[in-house]
Amino acid sequence: MSLTAEESEHILPADQSLGDVTDQLARIPLDFPTRGRWLIALALSSLLLLLFFVAVTVLFTRGVGVWGLNIPVNWAFAIHNYVWWLGIGHAGTLISALLLLMGREWRNSLNRFAETMTLFAVVCAGIYPILHLGRPWYVYWMFPYPATMQVWPQFRSPLEWDIWAVLTYLTVSVMFWYVGLVPDLAAARDRARPRGWRTFFGVLSLGWRGSAVHWLRWQQAYRLLAAIAVPLVVSVHSEVSLLFASSQIPGWHSTIFPPYFVLGAAFSGFAVVAMIAIAIRALFHLRNLVTDDHLDILGKVLLGTGLMTAYGYVFEVFDALYSGNAHDLQTLQDRLFGSYAWTYWGAIIFNFVFLQALWWRGARRTPWSLFLISLSVVVGMWLERYMILVTSLYRDFLISSWGSYTPTFWDWATYFGTIGLFMVPFLLVIRVFPVISIFETKEILHEEQAEPSHA
Amino acid sequence: MPEPRPYGVLAEFKEPEGLLEAARRARAEGYRDLDAFTPFPVEGLADILRLNDRRVLWLGLIGGCTGFAIALAMQLFTNFDYPINVGGRPLYPLSAFAVVAFELTVLFAAAFTAIGMLALNRLPRLSYPVFAAARFYLASKDRFFLCIKADDPRFDRSETPRFLQALGAESVELVAE
Repeated sequence: MSLTAEESEHILPADQSLGDVTDQLARIPLDFPTRGRWLIALALSSLLLLLFFVAVTVLFTRGVGVWGLNIPVNWAFAIHNYVWWLGIGHAGTLISALLLLMGREWRNSLNRFAETMTLFAVVCAGIYPILHLGRPWYVYWMFPYPATMQVWPQFRSPLEWDIWAVLTYLTVSVMFWYVGLVPDLAAARDRARPRGWRTFFGVLSLGWRGSAVHWLRWQQAYRLLAAIAVPLVVSVHSEVSLLFASSQIPGWHSTIFPPYFVLGAAFSGFAVVAMIAIAIRALFHLRNLVTDDHLDILGKVLLGTGLMTAYGYVFEVFDALYSGNAHDLQTLQDRLFGSYAWTYWGAIIFNFVFLQALWWRGARRTPWSLFLISLSVVVGMWLERYMILVTSLYRDFLISSWGSYTPTFWDWATYFGTIGLFMVPFLLVIRVFPVISIFETKEILHEEQAEPSHA
Repeated sequence: MPEPRPYGVLAEFKEPEGLLEAARRARAEGYRDLDAFTPFPVEGLADILRLNDRRVLWLGLIGGCTGFAIALAMQLFTNFDYPINVGGRPLYPLSAFAVVAFELTVLFAAAFTAIGMLALNRLPRLSYPVFAAARFYLASKDRFFLCIKADDPRFDRSETPRFLQALGAESVELVAE
């Protein structure tokens, strides 16, 4: 009987036992293997985090005037990086939840750090709307509380939807991450020797004992959380796009924005997942669990989401041309040939030109080439968000209100600072928690070993 | 002085298949109060042990409905209590309320599911009799344990361990309450 490659292909090498995998993965937090390189990374990230605190202090002391935003470009780096970070976060949920429901077990080597990435990317995103308020200490005005002034937040405004979407997304991501982590915390607890670690994992694992009835309820809960996390991702980034699309600004006021944003978000996020996967497997010597096949699949997914995003670009242009609206056409021309044309063409080149290398198997399976292509996608998507914002705003309806925008030093400082805000907690988490899901890896390993050999 | 009542007997198996077979035989033998401890969810185990509990899913559904109702009520009330005329647009547009309604549906469904799962499992509970068993630390690694509890009417302090031994268990241990 002949089998297709799909059926006979095992993603994990078969010459490892369940016990080996447990020891290898649980040992990472307990007996940390790469202290030197981790400390260097932490030191550099801490510098960026320090930069973030300085930039925020300056911002809070002197006001949003330290940023380059102005009238007409009154939405700039803050919203731009908010969208960019939130988009990156979405891939973690999609990898974890969507692929779980689809029964793609290769996700089991990637989901833990992808979800961790989601958490801190959402934190970086969520901090921006607060920073850009001007008077951030009034952020609680966004919540419906019985104010003495007897006013309520305006629920018919997309700006109010935003805080509900982001906070829901953050909370649900934390719950999904933690529910998935509990059995692994128990595994780490049972491997830990020093009293401190035993207590740490003992308390956090909530006394998980792997009882059959517990697993039954756990599986129901995990799959249900996954099933509601997938539409949540779509709704959150659609809502973000509605911040733009529900306005009247040419270049924003378009119904293609929700799918266009969601696909772009997945695209940039998968790029970051690929980068983290490559870094983690090199750092912790996990080539046996994050295999070349995983990189191959990530490369294919990146290529797929990239092409879908490119389709969005095509239709954005088509939309403007088909509408025949003078302002839309003007914005299109500004994007392609205006003062900020470098952002448009930069986005095209970094997003889609280098990406084409992923058609070749070799480029997908070589860590450095996949890493560089992913990095280029991250830059490209950053330029895309810049382009969408600035090219629409700097020349809108009235010629008398045209202007220009240049980010200031403090814009850049805040932005690079958020990279520290992402990296520092991420590095701390991979230091103290199992960075790859132990029990899910064992589950797939056992499944692959139990299958009759197709060889 | 009577001996302290045990919690049950733990039998260790190397493979999930061994555990499944042992669980099936124990059911056939008439044992009813069974539990198993495994490093990952073992397919088919819940069926053999006749475990059937869908309350987590119902809790998720109830949570979702609660969130939706709260979101809708909140948005309708705030616009009723503090009406703002925005260019003559409707005061209660359901399309504008849909986003927050959806987010709160998801939020409540997720919270009910996650917290409900832990509550039904009676977790957190840091101390549990089986943790005292000598080889139980392997239940989170690569061993699969079947437990016949002392509450089972057929449980017998000397007969039950022998029965489990005969099923091919790697080790059998009486666990104190």
